[in-house]
Amino acid sequence: MASEAGQPPSKGGIQRQIKLPLRQAFKISLRNITIRLGRAAITASGTFLSIAFLMVVCTQAVAMGAMAIAQNPEQARPPAEWTVKTVLFPIIRALSLNPDEIMRARSAWLVVMSLLVCTVGITNSMLMSVTERFREIGTMKCLGALDRFIVNLLLIESGLMGLLGSLAGSVLGMGVMVVWYRLQIGTRLFAHFDWLTLFACLIFSVVIGTLLSIVAAILPAIRAAKLPPAAALRTEI
Amino acid sequence: MATEMVQEYIVRTRDLTKQYQLGDQTVYALRDVKLDIRRGEYISIMGPSGSGKSTLFNMIGGLDKPTSGTVFIDEVDMAQLDAFELAWLRCRKIGYIFQTFNLIPVMTALENVTLPMIFAGMSSDEMLEKGVKLLETVGLGERLHHKPAQLSGGQQQRVAIARSLANDPAIVLADEPTGNLDLRTGKEIIELLRRLNKEQGVTIISATHDLKMIDVSDRVIWIRDGRIERIENREDIELRLGEVEGEEE
Ligand SMILES: Nc1ncnc2c1ncn2[C@@H]1O[C@H](COP(=O)(O)OP(=O)(O)O)[C@@H](O)[C@H]1O
Ligand SMILES: [Mg+2]
Repeated sequence: MASEAGQPPSKGGIQRQIKLPLRQAFKISLRNITIRLGRAAITASGTFLSIAFLMVVCTQAVAMGAMAIAQNPEQARPPAEWTVKTVLFPIIRALSLNPDEIMRARSAWLVVMSLLVCTVGITNSMLMSVTERFREIGTMKCLGALDRFIVNLLLIESGLMGLLGSLAGSVLGMGVMVVWYRLQIGTRLFAHFDWLTLFACLIFSVVIGTLLSIVAAILPAIRAAKLPPAAALRTEI
Repeated sequence: MATEMVQEYIVRTRDLTKQYQLGDQTVYALRDVKLDIRRGEYISIMGPSGSGKSTLFNMIGGLDKPTSGTVFIDEVDMAQLDAFELAWLRCRKIGYIFQTFNLIPVMTALENVTLPMIFAGMSSDEMLEKGVKLLETVGLGERLHHKPAQLSGGQQQRVAIARSLANDPAIVLADEPTGNLDLRTGKEIIELLRRLNKEQGVTIISATHDLKMIDVSDRVIWIRDGRIERIENREDIELRLGEVEGEEE
């Protein structure tokens, strides 16, 4: 019997499986995304749309603020101070630039709703893409993958798709609105534009899109990883 | 008696039972299965569809838990292993071959073969060298960078066989390895398995209802309705083949 020395109470030489560095899971996730680009695009489209919407709302608020200054500097609303809160959540500052109180409240609601919809949407598409791959996950477990490796793999994958989706979404959402205001009102608006706040919102959107994608994938990932290999391999798609 | 004691069994099962609950009906997929498999044997588990072959495959391979009874691998009770030890066992001690090949579709042949080596913590250089060697062994030295979709069924199964040997397992478990292949390709796969069994001394346990398997098996375990019907050495089987063919389907 091949019993290795030095191991505590020998179980016939059976050792404990090593934990792989995150780098390995990262490499495999990256390939999964690049090769299943179409699938990844569908999964990421939920994030893309909600983050694009988020940036549309932010850009609109900033533009409203700039318009107020352009029309009547005296009556323009002073923006919320840069505090810990507004630095962490620059959307608050962006929304505060809008002088129209009703629109401010409505925008805040829309932002919250769009993020909720985004989370549900990503959970749903992750569940789908994970279910599609039960067999593959079962196979990996047969080959020696630990549950946590499967979880890492799926979370990294979702996070990466979230990052790409929200990068594209935020740039596009902001870009479309900036171009729209440029055509509607002209360049004079941009003289009063609070670019700093807008860029803070851009970074925030990307971060929140990525985080939400990871959080939304936690349940599907754990569910898939916990499945006994036999059950995972039985699934026919 | 004494020779029985020193005989080294790589797999033993005792009172192995697996039942599934379907509504208020209990299906016994396995009932009190007692098996002793020696190191280096080529074993075929024969039985009609639904007889419990895959269930037995899953139990021996540590892919599912029995309802009752015990599986010993190298005299270790599998139920005593924690998740880490079980993963180690699946990674190092057992190789798996499936009817549907189960290769990772986004990975090339070489990447599929080296995946278990990643899980074993091998270095990349070692991994590549060994992966290439294994694919050459199964006759796919020219197809290293092909994706599964670019390979025929027989070639995919060869990749799967190479993968099963990645970490030099003591046991290779196969569940109907020729089930999705045509007659000739199936025969080639059987011959390949036999060769690996002879050359590398790896124990092969194959669930099948492919009678071609009988020729290469050391012993055949006939299973029906979750019970072992009989266990025969190959030499004893040829005589009864006619009777057996009548039983199929
Ligand atoms: N996960 C399961 N749930 C319910 N019944 C199952 C399950 N797996 C197997 N069975 C039943 O157990 C019996 C044996 O199945 P299986 O081991 O797959 O047979 P074989 O591989 O010989 O065709 C069959 O009656 C099958 O329907
Ligand atoms: Mg079966």
